[in-house]
Amino acid sequence: MSILVDKNSKVLVQGITGREGMFHTQQCVAYGTKVVAGVTPGKGGQDMDGIPIFNTVEDAVQKTGADVSLVFVPPAFAADAVMEAADAGVALVVCITEGIPTIDMVKAKKYLADKKTRLIGPNCPGIITPGECKVGIMPGFIHLKGNIGLISRSGTLTYEAVKQLTELGLGQSTCVGIGGDPVIGSKFVDLLALFENDPGTSAVVMIGEIGGTAEEEAADYAGRYMSKPVIGFIAGQTAPPGRRMGHAGAIISGGKGTAAEKMSALTAAGIEVVKSPADIGRVVQKVLTS
Amino acid sequence: MKIHEYQAKALLREYGVDVPRGYAVFSADEAKKAAGELGGGTVVVKAQIHAGGRGKGGGVKLAKNPDEAYQIARGMIGMRLVTHQTGPGGREVRRLLVEEGMEILKEYYVGIVIDRAADCPVLMASSEGGTEIEKVAAETPEKIMKEYIHPALGLRPFQAAKTAYKLGLDGKLVRPASRLLLNLYAAFEANDCSLVEINPLVSTADGRILALDAKINVDDNALSRHQESWQGLRDLHEEEPLEIEASKHNLNYIKLDGNVGCMVNGAGLAMATMDIIKLSGGQPANFLDVGGGANAEGVANAFRIILSDPNVRAVLINIFGGIVRCDRIANGIIEATKLVDVRVPLVVRLEGTNALEASKILEKSGIDMIIGHGLADAAQKAVAAAGRNDVNSRR
Repeated sequence: MSILVDKNSKVLVQGITGREGMFHTQQCVAYGTKVVAGVTPGKGGQDMDGIPIFNTVEDAVQKTGADVSLVFVPPAFAADAVMEAADAGVALVVCITEGIPTIDMVKAKKYLADKKTRLIGPNCPGIITPGECKVGIMPGFIHLKGNIGLISRSGTLTYEAVKQLTELGLGQSTCVGIGGDPVIGSKFVDLLALFENDPGTSAVVMIGEIGGTAEEEAADYAGRYMSKPVIGFIAGQTAPPGRRMGHAGAIISGGKGTAAEKMSALTAAGIEVVKSPADIGRVVQKVLTS
Repeated sequence: MKIHEYQAKALLREYGVDVPRGYAVFSADEAKKAAGELGGGTVVVKAQIHAGGRGKGGGVKLAKNPDEAYQIARGMIGMRLVTHQTGPGGREVRRLLVEEGMEILKEYYVGIVIDRAADCPVLMASSEGGTEIEKVAAETPEKIMKEYIHPALGLRPFQAAKTAYKLGLDGKLVRPASRLLLNLYAAFEANDCSLVEINPLVSTADGRILALDAKINVDDNALSRHQESWQGLRDLHEEEPLEIEASKHNLNYIKLDGNVGCMVNGAGLAMATMDIIKLSGGQPANFLDVGGGANAEGVANAFRIILSDPNVRAVLINIFGGIVRCDRIANGIIEATKLVDVRVPLVVRLEGTNALEASKILEKSGIDMIIGHGLADAAQKAVAAAGRNDVNSRR
């Protein structure tokens, strides 16, 4: 079992003819993902490696029954692309695009509020259910099918954690990159709830970082509602205040959003906190065998 | 991006927000002239740097007449202003704002930010103006009023009025205060701001309500929509020269105080690499995200930036090669060492696709470098190398 995506997911790619869109579509297909359609306005009727291209998401959904959209649209137009997918009734939208103006995402999120669409990202590596479906830009081969759920605000740090888990034989049910922006579609709490209800997941790793209060909210939620063990790591323990550490959302502002605050909130909620990024796999193993 | 107070006030004035009359000046002579044009009476001379706490650091002073304004400005321009936000080195003052003085009755706080928990803009207001709002928020959060703003509808007039009444404003001031708040949000929205803060907002003896201070940050992601206007607002003197240089090469670099330089792909892994350097007993010299590709040119540019910092005693390269194979990254690093003279010990850790081949390529290259096996091992080796090198260079 898994969350969000599996071998039956039918994926459409918005921005399939762009450089990134094309390359990563090929990578997803190579992993075994069912990519059923692409959308690029003005290129409807063409195809990319045999994948039919449509002008609009609505068209693509009607003709192919796609239920997941992977968005590679440039930042100035990405929020609109997310709304278009929601309008077409796509159940899950995964937005990879980095650099979307924050207010655009605020509007898109408001638009999604009364739709049944779930958004993951933006500015994220995407979602993978190992052995079944990859909807994102992560290297598939580092993953192993299993029962650890993983939620992260980061990209390569997630790969690092996955590699550590896989090396110890700890497979993953689903790994979700929720994104490094200040306003994102789904937060830790949303994913924790899904993993709690997934019979295929027995423990959850959450990788947070400085900025915002999403980790504190997750700690509160996990303390109240999670029966499964949660293991947490927070990046940016040495980050200076007031500086944006690469991700638009990774900033300590007004003295709030520090790693120390987040780590103590997680600890207080009974979550096992990993101090060193080199020990994520080992701590998960320890928690599972204790 | 941060902008100066005088720039923020000019912007707010365009949107109908009442601000004191004033002039931005670059010399003592200009300050004297400005004070004269403001009527020759009392003026306020304010140092323009991108940091708060200027008053306490001696960066805000009253002058009773143009001659005094001249004297104060002479002392202020060129001084290094140290506040709790600048760090011990302070910032050099190059610009001043000379403003009309006024008789203040009461100070309030008003701010608009994107609330990351509620995912929408929020208007915050408090009758405890002037003081540090973080302190009010931490100690007496009930004294901060919040109005959440629908992004499509904007701040509604009733929300502005409600806030004005809650601030306890005098009856006559409610209407102008409401209008000011609505104008403030209009400025926030139209300019893709991430922060608009008025601290203090003041009521005056002559019955006005106006923004005595103004702080505006804009959302860097929205640059494409404001290219021209923002170009003029950016003050490169307020930025670290190495960070400006890095941004030209699309590298995300932040200078820190340690001696272990870091070159990493991805922001999260870059932060985690800094963290593990600290946990291994060292101090990171920088944050640097070299990006996804990590090709020879990118690595060479990153070397140049990192090595421009004289404190760096060793460099740790930590790359997780996913889609881009490690053997290609290894060749990129080798190429880069031919382009740049790397005078400090180099520790390389490559993980991911073809990591083993990459190690062999690096070992065979004959380039003097230390191979790290895993994150912890690489960090320990880098910290140790920096320590040894530091001892040697002090001899």
